[in-house]
Amino acid sequence: MVLLVLVCLASLLLGAGDVGPARALSVLMGQGDAEARFVLGSLRLPRTLIGLVVGLSLGVAGALLQAVTRNPLAEPGLLGVSAGAAFAVALALLLGATATTMRVGVAQLGAMAGCLCVLGVARVSGAGSDPVRLVLAGAALTGLLLSLTSLLLLFDQRAADEIRFWIVGSLAGRRLEHLVAILPSLLLASGLVLAVARPLAAMALGERIASGLGHRPGLIRLLVIVAVALLVGAATATAGPIAFIGLVVPFAARALAGPDIRRTLWFCLPLGPLMVIAADIVSRLLVAPSEMPLGVLTALCGAPVLVAVVRARRMPTL
Amino acid sequence: MTRHQLATRDLTLCHGRATVIDRLALSLPVGKVTAIVGPNGCGKSTLLAGLSRLHAPKQGTVLLDGRDIQQLPARELARRLALLPQEATAPEGLTVAELVRFGRQPHQGWLRQWSAEDQRVVHKALAEADVDELADRPLDTLSGGQRQRAWIAMTIAQQTPLLLLDEPTSALDLGHQIEVFELVRRLAAEGRTVVMVLHDLASACRYADHLLALHNGQLVATGPPGEVVTTELVRRLYDIDCTLIPDPATGSLLLANVRRASRHSVEA
Repeated sequence: MVLLVLVCLASLLLGAGDVGPARALSVLMGQGDAEARFVLGSLRLPRTLIGLVVGLSLGVAGALLQAVTRNPLAEPGLLGVSAGAAFAVALALLLGATATTMRVGVAQLGAMAGCLCVLGVARVSGAGSDPVRLVLAGAALTGLLLSLTSLLLLFDQRAADEIRFWIVGSLAGRRLEHLVAILPSLLLASGLVLAVARPLAAMALGERIASGLGHRPGLIRLLVIVAVALLVGAATATAGPIAFIGLVVPFAARALAGPDIRRTLWFCLPLGPLMVIAADIVSRLLVAPSEMPLGVLTALCGAPVLVAVVRARRMPTL
Repeated sequence: MTRHQLATRDLTLCHGRATVIDRLALSLPVGKVTAIVGPNGCGKSTLLAGLSRLHAPKQGTVLLDGRDIQQLPARELARRLALLPQEATAPEGLTVAELVRFGRQPHQGWLRQWSAEDQRVVHKALAEADVDELADRPLDTLSGGQRQRAWIAMTIAQQTPLLLLDEPTSALDLGHQIEVFELVRRLAAEGRTVVMVLHDLASACRYADHLLALHNGQLVATGPPGEVVTTELVRRLYDIDCTLIPDPATGSLLLANVRRASRHSVEA
């Protein structure tokens, strides 16, 4: 928690431009020049807040998805959920949609479709028992959707910049209105998460046990998928597809919290924003004075973690 | 404790097109241990799944106190009937106490969170299953028998008058089997109705008050083991010949001189 406050502060102070920590600090003290004040108030503050919300959403969505599939590798970015959301938005943009609020809904529908698609494929091919096969199905879907999104780029060069954002996510240039647009769905998702947390914990003991304890596994699974779609759709509508946060955050949270999903979810709340904002700071500084998209950085850091998890002698069972 | 009665009427259970249980009518004695026995594939586990609503009937009904269990709300059912499926697995690192706490879920709700009463019931369940000293140990560090008693403790914490166990001793060595069977006897002595699927006929004779013998989806014998277990029944169920002798200490039947049934054996 303390770390999260520190990293938020750092996010306000550090940047790729020429407003350095000293000038930023003076703004926080209530002074500072107009340029620094603008950079902080209109660029870095929204950016940090959005990082906070995106990290929260992706971390929680990853933990939910891992719990419901009982697969430690399940991750929205890998399973085609984020890619589904991004493709849906790119398609809507191409068809002429502009409103921010509509974009969120479209992204959530896309996320839902991606989610159902990959879980359906995994179920049909009986991949349920092998964690890696589910990820393979997801990676195939992600690849397909990303190339389709790239294809849209060819149709409309004018929207190219806008659409490129839907291939590699970033926190740069996002405004507060984007954040406001996703708040209702985040509230709805929180409600869902609170409602399913207890039965979801019981599902970790197996579906038959969960039924024996008076839960309805089919209903729980559906509610979790809806919550994941709401969260990932909202995050993707705001920041584009950002991979691996949903893998790394629950992994770390589980290591700290133990096997109960209810505790894991609580630990995801600070850890998700922590990782997203920290990664965002690095993405600003690494190639300063220009910036690297956040999605590139998380992929660069997350991929080795995935390999490490898969190669670990004992795959954690959920 | 109120008398809770589990019965079936005309119950037919199918896997896809194959009929596994065929128009079964039975009624389970209250406060007793009932063992469901029969050869592999006779439908024992399917019957248990049907009794606990995990398997929806193709035809007929399962009645709990005269009501169709399909019409009971899920949580209501979980307060009357606890089930332990075969080969239950817990996530790595889950401790015994954490597992047993799950047994309280049917009694919790939006407005009813964890209470002192829940805590008391969990303590009692841990003590009853004799796992209280293992409460803080992760399940994966326990022996098979200890782990199975921890799972049973979870179902005890559900505080249901009916307890259904699917082959609770199948993966255990003899010593651990006895641990589990003695726990089952203690539970029945407190007035619970226990139903368990068993592979081993001798254990069923020793620890059950009532036997349901299934063969090809049909009930071929039902009643106290001492009355219904005969050499003919054993031959019919398992295709083996044997001599039945009473255990000198307990009087329960033992299978001796067991051999594959010979085609020429004289019908006794």
